[in-house]
Amino acid sequence: MEAQNTPNGEVLLSVRNLVKRFPIKGGILSREVASVKAVSDVSFDIKKGETLGLVGESGCGKSTLGRCILRLIEPSSGQVFFKGQDITKINGNEMRKLRRNMQIIFQDPYASLNPRMTVEDILAEPLVIHKIGANRHERMQRIIKLLDLCGLRREAISRYPHEFSGGQRQRICIARALAVSPEFIVCDEPVSALDVSIQAQIVNLMQDLQKELGLTYLFIAHDLKVVEHISTRVAVMYLGKISELATAEALYADPKHPYTRALLSAIPIPDPTYKKERIILRGDVPSPINPPSGCFFHPRCPIAKDNCQGEFPASKNFGTEGEGAHDVSCYYAQ
Amino acid sequence: MESVNKNEKLLEVKGLRTSFFTEGGEVKAVDDVNFNVYRGKTLGIVGESGCGKSVTSLSIMRLIPNPPGRTVGGEILYKGRDLLKLSDSEMRKIRGDEISMIFQEPMTSLNPVFTVGNQIMEAVMLHQNLSRKDARNKAIEQLQLVGIPSPEKRVDDYPHQLSGGMRQRVMIAMALSCHPQILIADEPTTALDVTIQAQILDLLRHLQEKFGMALILITHDLGVIAEMADEVAVMYAGRVVEQARVGEIFANPKMPYTRGLLNSIPVLTKDPTGKVKKKRLETIPGIVPNMLELPVGCRFQERCTYVIDACKEREPDLRVIAQDPILPHSIRCGRDI
Repeated sequence: MEAQNTPNGEVLLSVRNLVKRFPIKGGILSREVASVKAVSDVSFDIKKGETLGLVGESGCGKSTLGRCILRLIEPSSGQVFFKGQDITKINGNEMRKLRRNMQIIFQDPYASLNPRMTVEDILAEPLVIHKIGANRHERMQRIIKLLDLCGLRREAISRYPHEFSGGQRQRICIARALAVSPEFIVCDEPVSALDVSIQAQIVNLMQDLQKELGLTYLFIAHDLKVVEHISTRVAVMYLGKISELATAEALYADPKHPYTRALLSAIPIPDPTYKKERIILRGDVPSPINPPSGCFFHPRCPIAKDNCQGEFPASKNFGTEGEGAHDVSCYYAQ
Repeated sequence: MESVNKNEKLLEVKGLRTSFFTEGGEVKAVDDVNFNVYRGKTLGIVGESGCGKSVTSLSIMRLIPNPPGRTVGGEILYKGRDLLKLSDSEMRKIRGDEISMIFQEPMTSLNPVFTVGNQIMEAVMLHQNLSRKDARNKAIEQLQLVGIPSPEKRVDDYPHQLSGGMRQRVMIAMALSCHPQILIADEPTTALDVTIQAQILDLLRHLQEKFGMALILITHDLGVIAEMADEVAVMYAGRVVEQARVGEIFANPKMPYTRGLLNSIPVLTKDPTGKVKKKRLETIPGIVPNMLELPVGCRFQERCTYVIDACKEREPDLRVIAQDPILPHSIRCGRDI
């Protein structure tokens, strides 16, 4: 997938041929005996101000990809360009400075806040690290603004994480990510741990913030409905590779890859009168230690033919001029 | 009221109350809950975390940890016998044999130090007095039934050797090994991916048709409810707040909470031109009330957009708003909206 899917808008982040392998060590010399190919040869662009949704089943490498982009996990090879600069080449110090522009929100708002820090400490920490605000008073002003922005009461400032509900904690996590005024945020399953009514509150908050602050999101989730709702474009990942990438409208209205079709058909629709044809995939996702030959999806694919076992299919663009690219890695996509 | 053959009442829950006695006071986790479960039918119980849906199912199984929890009132009539009045040994005969349960987390509910075969055998040896050899064959047969490939090999696997979907299948195999009359499934697919969820739901439906068992399906996913349930009970803060047959509840939700829940899920919608619509999600403001400091009156009042003074004075009773031979549509709301 080349950087051509940018009919309008400036590219903020480009990922090129990103690979992450986790070695498996064994034997008495603990040599590398195998490796988990969590992300294999992934390329895509994210434009300024858009939300790129990244969906896939557990273990497909979507979180690893998100973390590799921020270099929270070092990629094995490939490049990540942020505003044209290759961030895989820069040293730790420079990377730390750059993280002011790139933040992350994690899935579990229970585990990602230090229980011994007050909300003030939590929100002040990134400000202190990045030397924002000259003194405590200035930082306090900023923290109060952040709380307002994220829909938290000012009294929250002196309280501890355990005093908040899941949704409120996720608001604190969002406020913390926003403290340094980033341009780009990786949202790693930010609403999966929350109840539906709270999920909607957080999704709305994230959309409002995006509009207000011009943020760019990489939104990682396994809930296809939420991803459709929030994303401009959506990438579907399977076993460490992107199998389909298109605008949210095109992907949901006209999925091309058999895996995307199966995924979409598996979503339970909250309407008992709606009867649809369901594609039930056989078996489980294969192990990323020994991914199948050729197209990784062929053992479960309902339309696989012999040549699918040969080589991994190169991505083809099915998009039209007006609607933007629709890249599909499948020999038999229609 | 019901035609006996078609709608045999297997389980009748009447005025169930289960409380937890904590340092802060009595938490009425389940407070006067009523519902019926019919042979071959699926009752869906929906609600958000802390609404009491899991406590309801644990109460039916009599698995509430005591202390701090205790079922303090009501009746659970299974084929006319009150389960709450049975002795522990009588209950043990029913539990796992006639009423079985599968839990949300297949990893934590399987014992990691026994093979899955052993764990299935335990139930059949206990309830059906089979020999070890017969029990092992039965276990293999069960694994086959739930669609585990090469069951004669898998029977000797430990839980950690199986994927999440496979573990949930093992749980189902175990729960079904004695052909229960009632299967309680507490969030059976929440921890699973959508494609695996589709497999498991399909399996449950298939097995239900085959054995005619009743299913109590507890979930927060209204999509799963729409697909699986015949009757639906919506729970909020320990109460059933709306109850109806599945078509009715989705077509005509009346309780503001149910409406809020339905509106807050993003829907895959297409308008006639084939384009996907995007609208802002509706939300239910605020959070569930603290069960130790429930407000006077309706428990949903603080989050309700239709609230009037009367809602704050007296809690509305569950009242019937539309008749139905099997399950009248009833809501716990004083307003007509």
